[in-house]
Amino acid sequence: MTILFLILAVLAIVGASAAMAFRSAVHAILSLALAFVSLAILYLSLDAQFVGFTQIIVYVGAVAILAVFAIMMTRSDSAHHHSEVFSKSWLTGLVLAGGVFTVLAWAVLGDKTQHAAADTPAPVTTVTQIGEALMQRYAFPLEIMGLLLTAALIGAVVLAMPLLSNKSAANPAAKGDAR
Amino acid sequence: MTPLNGYLLLAAFLFSIGLAGALTRRNAILVLAGIELMLNAANLNFIAFWRYGAHPEALTGTMFAIFSISIAAAEAAVGLGLILAVYRHFKTTDLDEIDSLKG
Repeated sequence: MTILFLILAVLAIVGASAAMAFRSAVHAILSLALAFVSLAILYLSLDAQFVGFTQIIVYVGAVAILAVFAIMMTRSDSAHHHSEVFSKSWLTGLVLAGGVFTVLAWAVLGDKTQHAAADTPAPVTTVTQIGEALMQRYAFPLEIMGLLLTAALIGAVVLAMPLLSNKSAANPAAKGDAR
Repeated sequence: MTPLNGYLLLAAFLFSIGLAGALTRRNAILVLAGIELMLNAANLNFIAFWRYGAHPEALTGTMFAIFSISIAAAEAAVGLGLILAVYRHFKTTDLDEIDSLKG
């Protein structure tokens, strides 16, 4: 239990809690980025360099920016929207989350198996090793992942494209002609 | 308390924060952010188990985390696209107001 772990854990928890509690959505996403960055440094301290840098590039660089763009595009002009931050059933959700945490913490703290001590030598993982594993043992999952990412790319574009849905909503007869 | 337990507790707490956010927030984008937080907590578990597990040289945990991050990115893109499509129809992202299946 090092000082570094404690600092990063506190940063991640503060960032995540602030992200879920802030009224302003942009502030929430920015504090979520703080939690993502502290998680990435935690990965680096766990000797998973590649995953740590991937975390920064994908989450901070792509997901957070995408969320900020979505907030920008869905911002409503009138002030009466988003007057309430939490839903009507917030107490149920909070109790459920608390229950999940209690069960998980009980399982973790009741764990009696012997784990490796803190001073186990760090496994040496280079990007070369990860690349070789991806090209040999994990080649098939990598292909599936490429397929999934392509499908997600096309799906996201089709869903978010305004022309397609507007045309079919405004002019349903055109759809019938095309059939 | 072993270091692994510390990481697992942190991951459990982050997961619960994400779950609480996903269940209580009204803004659909922040519900998606809560789901991303839960996925991140799972990734932390993968890395911690890989680091303190029996065979770290097999790279299993790293691979799991890499694939999980790519799936989370795809999910975020499709989810935000869905939110934009819903916003175009209902003119709001407030989940308590989006309560009809029929447009």
